[in-house]
This record gives sequence, structure tokens and C-alpha cells, in this order.
Amino acid sequence: MAAILFFFLSALCVGGVLGMILSRNPAYSALWLVLSFATLGALFGLLDAPFIAVVQVIIYAGAIMVLFLFVLMMIPLGQAPSPRKRRAFTVLSVLLALGLAAEIFLSLSASLAAHGAPVPEGFGGVGEIGRKLFRDFLYPFEITSLIIMAALVGAIILAKKRKHP
Amino acid sequence: MIPTSWFLVLSGLLFVLGVVAFLVKKDLLIMFLAVEVMLNAANLAFVAFARRNGVLEGQVAVFFIITVAAAEAAVGLAIILLVFRRKKTVKADDISGLRG
Repeated sequence: MAAILFFFLSALCVGGVLGMILSRNPAYSALWLVLSFATLGALFGLLDAPFIAVVQVIIYAGAIMVLFLFVLMMIPLGQAPSPRKRRAFTVLSVLLALGLAAEIFLSLSASLAAHGAPVPEGFGGVGEIGRKLFRDFLYPFEITSLIIMAALVGAIILAKKRKHP
Repeated sequence: MIPTSWFLVLSGLLFVLGVVAFLVKKDLLIMFLAVEVMLNAANLAFVAFARRNGVLEGQVAVFFIITVAAAEAAVGLAIILLVFRRKKTVKADDISGLRG
């Protein structure tokens, strides 16, 4: 049952990324990616990580992609494709990516058979993650809030319209 | 229980697709989306290894990656908006001011 669910979700996920690559309209690309990230959240759920699954759906599929869509709305879509010939470049990049894939799977092949021990009860729950975050990772956690604050201020300063350019 | 290796293969596939999208697409915004795909592939590998080794640190790392990705998206999109205001385009081919 879990295997069927895994294959269904991973097909949706890979299909979402393929749709993002193949669609011409950037807005459709972003929407395809929402599908992909949401199914990735479900895959995290399959991996005994319910907290990460929820965070993925709320922050990635929700907040970040909505941010992308907002910016897409401020930029006119459907511009004519640039006239430069890029077919050779496309072929070259796909070849390079195939090489990268071969490398990744070659390095994976040693660990493909490994199974790992079954995880304990309650692994990856909100309580466990919270204890980890607020005991062992308290300083990194607090620094994250500084990073978010800096990003917030930076984004506002950058995107603000200046009166004297 | 699903073997961890399946998730690793899916993660590698997603990463390669992200690289393809980054190289093939011309739109700055879509290239930025491709970077997000690669980050998510790495996240999947983190969570898969966290389950295989039974340690929670992998999931904590994913939490940090997601927060930093949110910050990065905010700043990056602001920069793309700025580029659009200056150059009136977001095609990577047309932004060649540093080419010389």
C-alpha cells in the first residue's frame, strides 16, 4: 500500500517539475511547482516526518510560491521569446544534466540496498522536533529569526521606489 | 516500510531536473524556481537519511533550510524586481551588462 502511494506521489512530483520545465507561461510554471511541492510534503509524511510535511505545505507550497506569484503579477508575462538560437545550448545542457545524473546514481549505488533500522514511536513529531530545536539548536534557531528580519528589511529597502534615483 | 533508497533516487532525479530547468529556462524567475526545486531535492535526501539513521538532526536541518529558503526567496525576488525596473526585462540573455 505504502509503495503504491510512494509511486503515485513521486510520479506527481516529477510530473509537476516536468510541467514547470515544459510550460511556456511562467505563471503556469509556478502553479505546476505548487503541485510538486505539495506532493513532496506528502512524501515527507511517508518518511515519518509529519512536522516537516506540514511546514513544507504551509511555507513552501503556500508562502514562498504565493510570493513568486505576486512578483509574477508585477512583471508582464508572455513576452516574445528572444530570437537568439538556443537549440545547441539546450542539447548541451541536457547532456550535462545526464552526466550529473549518472554521477549521482553511481555514488548512490553503493547505498541502494541499505534498509536501516525501524524508527522509534513518535519519531519526527512536533514534540520531538520542538525539544530538539529549543534545547540542542537554540542558538541556530534564534539566529534564524535574525536572518528572516534581515531579509524582510532588505527586501523592503530593495523593492521600495526611490524618489531620487 | 519503503526502502530509503527509493527516496534517494527520487531526490537525485528531482535535483537533476532542477539543474535542467535552471540551464534550459531563460526567465530569471523560472531559474529561481529551479533553484527551489534543487533545495527541495536536498531536503528530501536529508529527511530520508534522518529516518534511515534514526536521528532527528536531519529534520531539524530541513527546518533551517526551509527558513533560509524563505529569506532567500524574499531578497532574490526583490532583486529580480529591481532588475526588471532598470532593464525592463527579466530574460537572462538580455541582461549582459557584465559581458564586456
